[in-house]
Amino acid sequence: MSLPFLFEIGVEEIPDWMIPDALENLHVLFEKLAIPHESVTLDATPRRLVLRAEGLPERQADSQERVLGPPKAAPPQAVEGFARKQGIKPEDLVVETTPKGEYYTFTRNVAGRLTKDILAEALPGIILKIYFPKTMYWTGRSGPRFIRPIRWIVALLGEEIVPFELAGVRSGALTSGHRRLGAKEISVTPADYVQRLRENYVILSAEERRNRIREGLAGVRVKPDPALLETLVYITEYPTPIVGGFDPLFLELPEEVLVTVMRHHQKYFSVEDAEGKLAPQFATVMNIDADPEGFVRRGNERVLRARFNDARFFWETDQKKKLADRLPDLAHVTFQAKLGSYRDKTKRVMALVKELGGKAPAVRAARLCKCDLSTELVKEFTELQGVVGGLYARAQGERTEVWQAIYDHYKPESMEDAIPRHLPGRQVSLADKLDTLRGCFRVGLIPTGSRDPFALRRAAQGVVRIIVEGKLDVSLDALLAPDGAGHARPLQANPFTPQPPADPPSPDLPTPDVGAGHAPPARPDPLRDFLADRVRFYFKEHRGFQYDEVNAAMAAGWSNLVDLEARLMRIQKLRPTPDFEPLAAAFKRIHNILAQAGFTGGGTIDQSLLEPGPEQELYQEFTQIAGQPIENAISKLRPKVDLFFDKVLVNAPDAAVRQNRLTLLHTLLAEFSTMADFSEIVTNS
Amino acid sequence: MQSFQEIIFKLKQYWADRGAIIQEPYDVEVGAGTMCPETFLRVLGPQPYRVAYVQPSRRPADGRYGDNPNRLYKHSQLQVILKPSPDDIIEQYLASLEAIGIDLRQHDIKFEEDNWESPTLGAWGIGWQVMLDGLEVTQFTYFQQCGGIDLDLVPAELTYGLERLIAFLQVKDSVYDIEWAKGVSYGDVRHREELQYSVYNFEMASIPTLWKLFGLHEGEAARLLAAYDPKSAEKKRFPLLPAYDHVLKCSNLFNTLDSRGAISVTERVGVIQRVRKLAVGVAQAWLDQQQEVAA
Repeated sequence: MSLPFLFEIGVEEIPDWMIPDALENLHVLFEKLAIPHESVTLDATPRRLVLRAEGLPERQADSQERVLGPPKAAPPQAVEGFARKQGIKPEDLVVETTPKGEYYTFTRNVAGRLTKDILAEALPGIILKIYFPKTMYWTGRSGPRFIRPIRWIVALLGEEIVPFELAGVRSGALTSGHRRLGAKEISVTPADYVQRLRENYVILSAEERRNRIREGLAGVRVKPDPALLETLVYITEYPTPIVGGFDPLFLELPEEVLVTVMRHHQKYFSVEDAEGKLAPQFATVMNIDADPEGFVRRGNERVLRARFNDARFFWETDQKKKLADRLPDLAHVTFQAKLGSYRDKTKRVMALVKELGGKAPAVRAARLCKCDLSTELVKEFTELQGVVGGLYARAQGERTEVWQAIYDHYKPESMEDAIPRHLPGRQVSLADKLDTLRGCFRVGLIPTGSRDPFALRRAAQGVVRIIVEGKLDVSLDALLAPDGAGHARPLQANPFTPQPPADPPSPDLPTPDVGAGHAPPARPDPLRDFLADRVRFYFKEHRGFQYDEVNAAMAAGWSNLVDLEARLMRIQKLRPTPDFEPLAAAFKRIHNILAQAGFTGGGTIDQSLLEPGPEQELYQEFTQIAGQPIENAISKLRPKVDLFFDKVLVNAPDAAVRQNRLTLLHTLLAEFSTMADFSEIVTNS
Repeated sequence: MQSFQEIIFKLKQYWADRGAIIQEPYDVEVGAGTMCPETFLRVLGPQPYRVAYVQPSRRPADGRYGDNPNRLYKHSQLQVILKPSPDDIIEQYLASLEAIGIDLRQHDIKFEEDNWESPTLGAWGIGWQVMLDGLEVTQFTYFQQCGGIDLDLVPAELTYGLERLIAFLQVKDSVYDIEWAKGVSYGDVRHREELQYSVYNFEMASIPTLWKLFGLHEGEAARLLAAYDPKSAEKKRFPLLPAYDHVLKCSNLFNTLDSRGAISVTERVGVIQRVRKLAVGVAQAWLDQQQEVAA
């Protein structure tokens, strides 16, 4: 018999942003039980995580288990004892040859367990294993932990309750409706569950709630905001959008400020007029079915009015003191205890902007970019830092390039966010982020796991994107040197160019990942590794390059990220061509041969030692194509390399010949390794 | 229209009917109702407790000379502690809003994640801000730790922001227009206080004097804490509550100095640590004091 399974964890309001991951987690944990089933459906509202599955068996299939008894040589009493324990007669035992010798064995039939029992045993553990970023206890110290208190549990296999207890809550068949519009206790079955919830003002499906919000706003020019929509979908059980208005006089305030108040503080959508300009309206989503008397709308309008009044008050107060006059105030705003004040940071960022080739507007923007930190508006709306500075700079007559650079200098704030629109903004943003990274790493504030209080990952990602997407010709080698002290490990670590080690090699230090075994020993540089991770992440996850392509290209250096991008694009184009993978395999072979021989190059090829035939042919081909891009050489080179390996023994008995061959291979590899270390390419051959 | 004081009476009655002791405000300046001994110390240990009180809460930096319609130097919190939290606490809370005339079928209530933390008290909890038609009216917290100590029983703390809530109910755009009692506005009762304390906190408070007072109170609290002996047979009569008063004094002096601009950002963390050390010390000693002397 096949049964439907309904599992609902009833919880006090779960933070909206944690819900999708928690559901995903619940699903994985359920699948780990390996109970056969057909479809699985996952749903959630702020008050419930729900898993429904179809087609579960009533019980698991029967199975057989072989029980190992005493060895054949054991005394009869032992054999009888074993049989008695198994509840059988000694003559039912069979002698089997096992790797350990001959043993009495017995094959027992194991009846499949009831699925209900398996679930009853497993579900409490599953609930407690769902991962949440921050949990609490509520039944008392050492009680179970969850995201919020669990108040009811529905666990039904078919019509039957899967019985268990957790945190004083017994599983059952009773769910709960909407807090104000529904019944507190509702008896359900897997078949009528969704419908019963609907009757009690709970729309179980997030998709349906999303559509209900969209449809309710169909006639309104709402500014699209998918993230806000998701928040509202997961903060309501019965969402109903309404539209309110505000005094058009507030439109004199910058749109950014108005939108931030609506978006971040009130979770409202902003509304546009026919020309795409901000309209004196907003849309909010209630968690009830209707607002016939307009109470909710008027309440929200009043709250917004108070908020806008505050913003206007701050805007007007702040205008009384120019940005440039606020510079000395920054001496009293700490950036980080060991890294000084924002005044100190400003000086460093200005110097760095100059180093990056910034012209007067960029330097001016760097000078003013942190001055908004002392404004009332930024103290109230911290998420508007930078933007407010830019707006004030504009209002105070700074040039367009300057105010826009200030405005943009926190960008990009996420993977989706754009980089600053113009060069000065890119330079200021890059300098600001590099300064933060260098400083924090220097004083040991290095992110670990999920702990990244200074958002250094985001800063590093910003650095990578600004350089690549802004096509900035800068050398990370030079920039990553902590505070310009100039002892960074070179990023242009061509594994085939011998380099004097910066320090004596120490066996305790991790070897760098670049050109394993060939790179010069160097002191560990966590910032460099941290940034390398971000570079890899960017090109892999954001740009869709294969991981081995990224490794190959980076192994040939990544100090210049624009150059790295160009090489990656070449590799991507070359990869589907027929000669590429075999040649990559050959390069890997060369790499291994050189590594095994401990050969690091340095000599010159002695032509007289070259054997006529494949070896000389390879050499001649090489001399002809040397200096050409690999795209032109690959089809000619590949057959020569193949032939060489087919016919020539590198490990020749004569030491001079052997050395010469190694030199030939090394030279060949070095020639094409300025683009990528092809031995990093994963080939099928 | 229900007046400010009538709504307070109703809320107090509501929680009294649910077993809460109705306390009067604590008579030492505090920044929040949480800091009163009725919360800070009572949540410690295994004894159940229910209490509700209105606590005038002083935030010197929030003063606006009585000019801003929504911001106050001193606002009133109705603080409710239910220890341990009953299972239907949210239903009880929502019914308290109904009790003061809010028809929840006609209004929008949302629970938005908001975890409360007080570094000065070594305290934190998990909870929400409760939004009523877009207005934050209550902070709802399940306490987890206080004075750096994991709590035996998890209390629910409800903090109603009375001015906001009541301005909402009375449909007033300025807290000063709230009708406190028939014919008497909130402004009549409190405006002068807002103005004078703003002048004092922002302009006239003597920084050296405040630092000196801070030092004196800190010293007195520290002296008492150092003298507390967990092994003493007489420990139950040891004055930990007075020691805590001195900690509260320090906290308020710190806030005043801060609003006066006398504490640099670098100093800030250090001063918070000093107050926290005392608060944690009192909490630990207090917990010990409830227990018999180990034989």
